[in-house]
Amino acid sequence: MGTRIVVDPVTRIEGHLRIEAEIKDGVIVDAFSSGTMVRGIELILKGRDPRDAWAFTERVCGVCTTVHALASVRTVENALNITIPPNAELIRNLMFCTQYMQDHVVHFYHLHALDWVDVVSALSADPAATSYLAQSISSWPKSSPGYFSDLQKRIKKFVESGQLGIFANGYWGHPGYKLPPEANLMAVAHYLEALEWQKEIVKVHTIFGGKNPHPNYLVGGVPCAINVDEANALNAERLAMVGTLLEKAQQFIEQVYIPDLLAIASFYKSDWGAIGGGISNYLAYGDLPTNGYADVGSFKFPRGIIMNRNLGEVVPVDGTDPEQIKEYISRSWYTYADGDKAGKHPWDGETNLKYTGPKPPYEHLNVEEKYSWLKTPRWKGNAMEVGPLARMLVGYASGKDEFKEVIHYALEKLDVPVTALFSTLGRTAARGLETKLVAKWSLEFFNQLLANIKNGDSRTFVADKWDPETWPKEAKGVGMTEAPRGALAHWIRIKDQKIDNYQLVVPSTWNASPRDPNGNHSAYEAALIGTPVADPENPLEILRTIHSFDPCIACAVHLYDPKGKYVHQIQTF
Amino acid sequence: MKKPTVYDEIKAAGYSRRDFMKFCGTMAAMLGLEASGVAQIARALETKSRIPVLWMHFQECTCCSESFIRSSHPIVADILLDKISLDYSETLMAAAGHQAEKSLRDTMEKYAGQYLLMVEGSIPLGNEGYCCIGGRSAEDILKEVAEGAKAIVAWGNCASAGCVQAADPNPTGATPIHKIIHGKPIISVQGCPPIAEVMAGVVVHLLTFERIPQLDALGRPKAFYSRRVHDTCYRRPNYDAGLFVQSFDDENAKRGYCLYKMGCRGPVTYNSCGVIKWNNGVSFPIQSGHPCIGCSEANFWDNGPFYKHLQSFPGFGIETTADDIGLGLGIATGVGIAAHAISTNIRKRRHINLGADNTNTENK
Repeated sequence: MGTRIVVDPVTRIEGHLRIEAEIKDGVIVDAFSSGTMVRGIELILKGRDPRDAWAFTERVCGVCTTVHALASVRTVENALNITIPPNAELIRNLMFCTQYMQDHVVHFYHLHALDWVDVVSALSADPAATSYLAQSISSWPKSSPGYFSDLQKRIKKFVESGQLGIFANGYWGHPGYKLPPEANLMAVAHYLEALEWQKEIVKVHTIFGGKNPHPNYLVGGVPCAINVDEANALNAERLAMVGTLLEKAQQFIEQVYIPDLLAIASFYKSDWGAIGGGISNYLAYGDLPTNGYADVGSFKFPRGIIMNRNLGEVVPVDGTDPEQIKEYISRSWYTYADGDKAGKHPWDGETNLKYTGPKPPYEHLNVEEKYSWLKTPRWKGNAMEVGPLARMLVGYASGKDEFKEVIHYALEKLDVPVTALFSTLGRTAARGLETKLVAKWSLEFFNQLLANIKNGDSRTFVADKWDPETWPKEAKGVGMTEAPRGALAHWIRIKDQKIDNYQLVVPSTWNASPRDPNGNHSAYEAALIGTPVADPENPLEILRTIHSFDPCIACAVHLYDPKGKYVHQIQTF
Repeated sequence: MKKPTVYDEIKAAGYSRRDFMKFCGTMAAMLGLEASGVAQIARALETKSRIPVLWMHFQECTCCSESFIRSSHPIVADILLDKISLDYSETLMAAAGHQAEKSLRDTMEKYAGQYLLMVEGSIPLGNEGYCCIGGRSAEDILKEVAEGAKAIVAWGNCASAGCVQAADPNPTGATPIHKIIHGKPIISVQGCPPIAEVMAGVVVHLLTFERIPQLDALGRPKAFYSRRVHDTCYRRPNYDAGLFVQSFDDENAKRGYCLYKMGCRGPVTYNSCGVIKWNNGVSFPIQSGHPCIGCSEANFWDNGPFYKHLQSFPGFGIETTADDIGLGLGIATGVGIAAHAISTNIRKRRHINLGADNTNTENK
């Protein structure tokens, strides 16, 4: 029996995640991942207008805002057999790309970087040497010795104030930090620059969807009308702003994010390129259609599965096959009507909550029994990792040149073999590399949108199935997308113009779920096993691997309890 | 050692006195202050050290934190990350687990009665196990952290009204914080999420004047929630003229006509979307062609379906057709304002009775 350590709350993530790990001789021998918060969105959706579902599901997550809205409108469109106009598809793609760029940059700098960057060490950096370092890896203009010197003074002043704010009680000085002071100072500068930058790129959402977070979507297309001769619609001015935002975003990604990623990775590649691989199966639903969502072959991110890290074969995945994707609850705080051992396809999914965990306050979860609010999804009984690494691997194994090009570029630059991808660092690198691709693609979509408008096509919505009277008495659908954190799908059953059942199987449910009825680990738990922990009091290593997945736990949990009290009120003025 | 003031820090960050005054002017304008308010803000920021802030997450989606970091004027981002001392924020803090709990505890002890508590998310009263952090229930944590708070900010619809998880049938018993915490001033910064600049504006108000801003009947700052989206909407003339979008992407949509018939909740929603707009004034839902869904109102999720226009659901009180609704609304608005004013005064009295105003000023 080793030492049990608990990390709760896991910070710099979305949602409430708890990790319990057994450490023996300085290495993790077993791990338990638990989602500790539940809201019950699926039950709330029952009986509502399917056209409203996007707004409810969008509120599943405000970090990866948009992704559930997209999955939702696609699910309803799939059920009702609606094909949206090309411009609507392009605008949805642009919103998708915007989300990736913002989300991945924020993840890298604000959620993940402090696992690799020692802020305190930046105080002892030589600003001139920092400038030299920055200019040697990028042409980004903010790189003078004076710039870094001013920043360093500012951090010094901050530290001397004694109020360390978000930087208090970090793992500063931990032997696991490997960057020289100059690299730390450069990274801190970019932490602050990225914070300013991220609020700019989201303006693409504001133009098309009216606000961010939580921009508006629409079943049947997009809500923004195009009229180049009208101030109140998408016109040349609005479109020019989108173009400028996308170009500037690409500049930041190419000149700051990618060079920083490779620079930091070069200091950690020898160990973290071999730690944290976890399970060996990868799933991607794919996205970014270039010829309509129905044409899966046209997706920029291809759909498919890789088994046992065999990059020689891509296995197909079908969300409508009742035997492929199933959710299990044998280790989750739920019950199924016909027993807790069986798996259920989401169209027949059930949600009966039963908390059997310890009464709070508690020291440890009872990990021998049920221990999480996350269900456990499986593909044909197999645990799958989803996310940027899965997408890049499926793209690579599908033989797509753009994927091969960026992967080879990074592997050569870091001088590591392809197997280094199956690691904590590989996951973090894949996220950056796909951002590079997405930034490029966003400009392609933008130019296509301009070309369509120029050619006289301004349609953004198809109205023929808007009226519920036109719908069949019963329908079912599935809508798939790739959230920044991985494969996301919604399943719906519509009956008498209302939602009869609605199920979400989200990326962090695949990755962060508890073990299945056969005792097999999901991705987080598997990736932690074998990870060395130098100091159990300061488990920096656990955060590195968990953050490499970019957890999003509010997404992962969606259940309910029938006992909730509710007083109905209508707000009037 | 003397703590640097906000102005010291701004100077150290390389901003000029002019930048600083411009920022103070922007904040004063947003808060609806007269010219003398600029000097007041400037003075406050020049002389005060950073207020410790504890930002708690319960049943939420983190959209409020995300919106907060979108605040547009560069100095605002600096103020909120550097000029307040954000001692606990699960989204941004470096520490995790025990170290994170230590940060929370340190501030609660060292700054008892002085820190600001900001809450993102609702509290599930259905079962303690529905939301636990560090093995403790959300309700338990909230009550403890609220005890020593100088004032509480309820971010967004979750903390203010329960938001989506409180929608029928509210499976987890999601409860807004004002139903759990009593005897402390609570500012409801409504919206799903609230507008970034509104969040920044409320923080600066607290920092500057050391008292809560004037609140409406529902605890929302009047500066940002006293006007209906409908009354500040640039498409309002179309409404008054009876020019309506009949279907998304129809000729009227392409001309930017009123979205009332598409289900717009602007007439029953109090927010600043039409004035401040979103993401540094780029647009707001109606400008981008989608009706307002009313996200800054309690229970807006159950006032649906969203695309059904207002007169046809109960509780709205307008029995008329869209063509002559302008007149009907005029009357209803008058009644609404009166009711609003009365309820606001009741709320204010309650604050006075609870000693809310005293609580705010005694810890200078």
